[in-house]
Amino acid sequence: MKLKQLSLFLENRPGQLRAPIAALGNAGIDILTMTLADTAQFGILRFIVADPARAKDVLEAEGMIVSVTEVVPIQVDNRPGGLAAVLAAIESAGLGVEYMYDFAARATPDKAAIIFRFEDADRALEALKAAGVRILTSEELLRK
Amino acid sequence: MEEIVRLHASSGTTGKPIVVAYTQADLDVWSEVMVRSFAACGLHRGDVIQNAYGYGLFTGGLGAHYGAEMLGATVIPISGGNTERQLMVMADFGVTALCCTPSYFLHLLESAKETKTDFSKLRVGVFGAEPWSEAMRDRIQAESGIRAHDIYGLSEIIGPGVGIECAQQHGLHIFEDHFYPEIIDPETGDVLPDGAEGELVLTTLSKQAMPMIRYRTRDITAIMAEPCECGRTLRRIRRIGRRSDDMVIIRGVNVFPSQVETALLRVEGTLPHYQIVLTRDKGLDQIEVKVEVTPEVFSDEIRKLEALQHQLEAAIENLLGLRVTVTLVQPRSLPRSEGKARRVTDLRNL
Ligand SMILES: [Zn+2]
Repeated sequence: MKLKQLSLFLENRPGQLRAPIAALGNAGIDILTMTLADTAQFGILRFIVADPARAKDVLEAEGMIVSVTEVVPIQVDNRPGGLAAVLAAIESAGLGVEYMYDFAARATPDKAAIIFRFEDADRALEALKAAGVRILTSEELLRK
Repeated sequence: MEEIVRLHASSGTTGKPIVVAYTQADLDVWSEVMVRSFAACGLHRGDVIQNAYGYGLFTGGLGAHYGAEMLGATVIPISGGNTERQLMVMADFGVTALCCTPSYFLHLLESAKETKTDFSKLRVGVFGAEPWSEAMRDRIQAESGIRAHDIYGLSEIIGPGVGIECAQQHGLHIFEDHFYPEIIDPETGDVLPDGAEGELVLTTLSKQAMPMIRYRTRDITAIMAEPCECGRTLRRIRRIGRRSDDMVIIRGVNVFPSQVETALLRVEGTLPHYQIVLTRDKGLDQIEVKVEVTPEVFSDEIRKLEALQHQLEAAIENLLGLRVTVTLVQPRSLPRSEGKARRVTDLRNL
């Protein structure tokens, strides 16, 4: 199923990352996984929390700009060639990957969870299910 | 219209181009005040004047050109830009005087030192079209050994040649037989006495095509009524360091925050908080426009944000005719001020 990821605009200068992370920490919100994409000038922090709506409220109250994006968590066998198999399925389904990153807080040692951002999450979900790719549920991901 | 023999245009004081017209008599007056200006700088027949003001719709190029010709000097109509060629011409023809913006002269000076160009014959600079400070003059004179004169003018009145610094370099004589100066309180419009600081307004006394009555220049200065040691009886104005509105002059071009606003609105559909930061790098003005990211335009994809940045740059450049760098910044990160927003941060040390 689809997962809600939060994205945050950050200027590329010292100290910019600390403020949002501290705000989430003070609100008792645990960041399950995150990735930082950056250019010379700015960065985008993408992260997943259990309660995205609340995290968004907390950050917006701090004057930050947060956008919600639907991403697809895919299970990948934790072995050489595991990711290649999934990517082959994505390619034959004709889906374009905007970006992807590892889900850090994964539950099982032999399975990895990779977060994919597709242009059209709904279409991707359908096509990948049909191709036999295992899509994770949020319960599976958030279970500790 | 038959009486009009020349048209020029300026970026004006509202951000829209202003077209100005001249009759033959207007051009004659213009040449005459330019002759007087050059003479006040100590130039005469026998001087070789390199005119690096832009030729074209801008009044600087042709205004200085015809004045220098009428003076009887040798004029090199090189126009602006192409530093290498400027330096070559300066050395080859033994140029004794240069007309350009003070910031461009600093740039030439740096390049001349790098290339070891000989400009030992150069003794006078006639610098205008942008505000510059005493500190900048000190630097120019110390580094180049020339005398740097401030020339004042505006297209709406005639072009360069409304006022000039004499050898005393202490205030600019206004050619008040053609352009009558008054100082007003920019808030109330009341006329202020000599010596009081306020906005300069000018009335043309001889202009035919486009006479101006109490034209508000937006330039803040004061009239110096006391006689000048040079002997000229024309009153002087103090050098102009700032303007009554937000307009800034960048590389000789008038720039208004409202133009940047128009461009931002065009691209974003909403007006984000923004700030214009001016710096000077190797003698050339650099413009950075900081734009706060709004929820409406924020995308989680880097390429979309970069595309937005380039769209903004293109839109602003289109309106200003100047290269700019757009920087996207976090919301609420730009300074807010009470009352009139200071949209421009000038770090050029003019
Ligand atoms: Zn004088």
